[in-house]
Amino acid sequence: MKKSSFRNNPALAGLLASFTAIFLGLAFGFIMLVVFNPSFAGAGIVKILTKGLSSKEKFAKVLYQAAPLMMTGLSVGFAMKTGLFNIGGSGQYLIGTFCALMFGVVFKLPWYLSLLAAMLGGAFWGIFPGLFKALFNVNEVITAIMFNWIGLFLVNLTFSNTPTVLANYYGASVADRTANIEAANPSAVIPKLGMDKLFNSSYMNISFFVAMLVAAVVYIIIDKTVFGYELKACGFNQKASIYAGINAKMNVVISMMIAGALAGLGGGIYYLCGTAQYTIEKVLPAMGFNGIPVALLANSNPIGIIFSALFISYIQVGGEALQPEYAKEIVDIIIACIIYLSALSVLMNGFITGLLKKKDNQEEAKEEAPLEETR
Amino acid sequence: MKILADILGSTILFGVPLLLVALGGMFAERSGVINLALEGIMIIGALFGCLFLRNANLTGWGEAHPQLAMLTAILLAGFVGALFSLLLSVAAINLKANQTISGTALNQFAPAFAVVFSWAIQGRGQTTINIPSWIRITTANFGIAPSADPGFWETFLFKSFYLTTPVALVLFTASCVILYKTRLGLRLRACGEHPQAAASVGVNVYKMRFIGTTISGFLGGIGGLAFTIAAGSSFQSTVAGYGFLALAVMIFGNWKPVSIFFAANFFAFFKVISSYSSNIPFLPKFENIKSSSYIYQCIPYVVTMLVLIFTSKRSQAPLAEGQPYDKAQR
Repeated sequence: MKKSSFRNNPALAGLLASFTAIFLGLAFGFIMLVVFNPSFAGAGIVKILTKGLSSKEKFAKVLYQAAPLMMTGLSVGFAMKTGLFNIGGSGQYLIGTFCALMFGVVFKLPWYLSLLAAMLGGAFWGIFPGLFKALFNVNEVITAIMFNWIGLFLVNLTFSNTPTVLANYYGASVADRTANIEAANPSAVIPKLGMDKLFNSSYMNISFFVAMLVAAVVYIIIDKTVFGYELKACGFNQKASIYAGINAKMNVVISMMIAGALAGLGGGIYYLCGTAQYTIEKVLPAMGFNGIPVALLANSNPIGIIFSALFISYIQVGGEALQPEYAKEIVDIIIACIIYLSALSVLMNGFITGLLKKKDNQEEAKEEAPLEETR
Repeated sequence: MKILADILGSTILFGVPLLLVALGGMFAERSGVINLALEGIMIIGALFGCLFLRNANLTGWGEAHPQLAMLTAILLAGFVGALFSLLLSVAAINLKANQTISGTALNQFAPAFAVVFSWAIQGRGQTTINIPSWIRITTANFGIAPSADPGFWETFLFKSFYLTTPVALVLFTASCVILYKTRLGLRLRACGEHPQAAASVGVNVYKMRFIGTTISGFLGGIGGLAFTIAAGSSFQSTVAGYGFLALAVMIFGNWKPVSIFFAANFFAFFKVISSYSSNIPFLPKFENIKSSSYIYQCIPYVVTMLVLIFTSKRSQAPLAEGQPYDKAQR
């Protein structure tokens, strides 16, 4: 009996569905490798699967990239819990970057205050989609897209006109990027606590742990507070939640604001590592969009997002090692494949629940597995 | 005067991809499917269209029959776009998957595939596909000798004239007729508003949504090629967010073809103004500000936002968009 209830657990089916998606995605990636360059395919898939753990330095790189990915993933996941699709992660991430660098490099504040500024900046940028939806009925997806670009141009404009933030003010020869933080204000660099020596990599710092802490906080907000309950209620059925006395419009605004804060913090922790410099160009940062697959793979579960961010960062590090035999974008194809399959989660969950039940219910004459949406 | 001709000509050039892709989005949404994959569809269409043009150029066949080659490239882009959109249809319509997620998956797939594919075809590290210059329609095609100092009309019509523009006009007219004057259009719209009601009078909702999404893939693919041609002389596995902008244009145009036509050109006009800002005499130059072009680049987005704020109260999205059709539901 106990065994049966374990097998009927929808979370288990969800997890198995995710693993099936990952496995099939990797299999598809392998087929791609074979099609495009058969002689390197075997070595290629091994690289994707093992490179991230091949050395301490590579593992440090995995953690380094996973931290901002986790933040944008949490941002998308949090909004999705309220039934909103936050495609504005890029803009919020950018404004977060902007605030972190302005406060860290120009106003010489320490790293934690700069990160706080990044959060506030992202939250500010997140207000607009929710607010315009609530006040003017503007589709939030469109507002978010427009504000991505508005944010990009404003950030570039302001950086270009703030000489004290640019690299050339601190002795570098280029003016198209922001300053090396180590040179401009060492106190704004996120502390490494000696881990850089332990891992033998300048990429290593506490940002991954900060991100994990935030994921835990988000989990508590969503699952253990009244506020989180109200947000989820709005996500499941907005009309019912209004009937139950929840201020749905307000919740939409607050939810997007928090999502913005999370993405903004992502920008802050990436650019305050001391290893990255923001380059002024006309392209939206991919990190904002990459939060979408991270959230989807984890089914928007904050704890799951820790692992999906790690996984995506892991195979991205593996993908970089594929060059020059293949373009590293093969990894993006694998990720796309995994998302596509997890979009079919209803189908897969049903299928897997069915399989699990079949094993159990040979004595019980129950035939149909309930097709449950676990999202 | 010549600068005005330049601006208007470029507006049409950039308006065409927005118009086509937004119309594509409209067909999908009027049938009840949110096609977030337009960005990806554009990239796939542009990839195959540009590869065809490149090969036509290599064999020399293209230069001999430039407009025939261009027409083939357009049709190929549309065909591949439609084929690619089937991935969305299968997931979103038959398997009742989340339409946003499957659309995002296609958007993630397309640029990566374009890079990997053009890398594999052109050799290591070469991910840029050059577009031959013979695709442009010049005065010579009409037997007019090019003048040394082109006037208003010649600049307006021929400075940047490609076969995509007349094709877009034909497709626009066809879209209006199909959506409002045919049985197919009526059924399609019914499926986007109330699929169960449509089903109750014998309409096959799945089939209608399949048709809607496939049309959107066809238009999206052509739009991708049109954008690549407008944006420069090469394809670099990106359409710079135009697929999402087209969605904004579609909402701005209230899911109606004629409004979308004006919305697309409105947006394109401001976009072009921003890139010509330094050449327009009466615009302020902001001489004390570095990189002041960013101010003008913001304008199309800010203006669209303002217009949306004032018009969205009356916005009429198809009622059933984004909801998988379930026969058992009422």
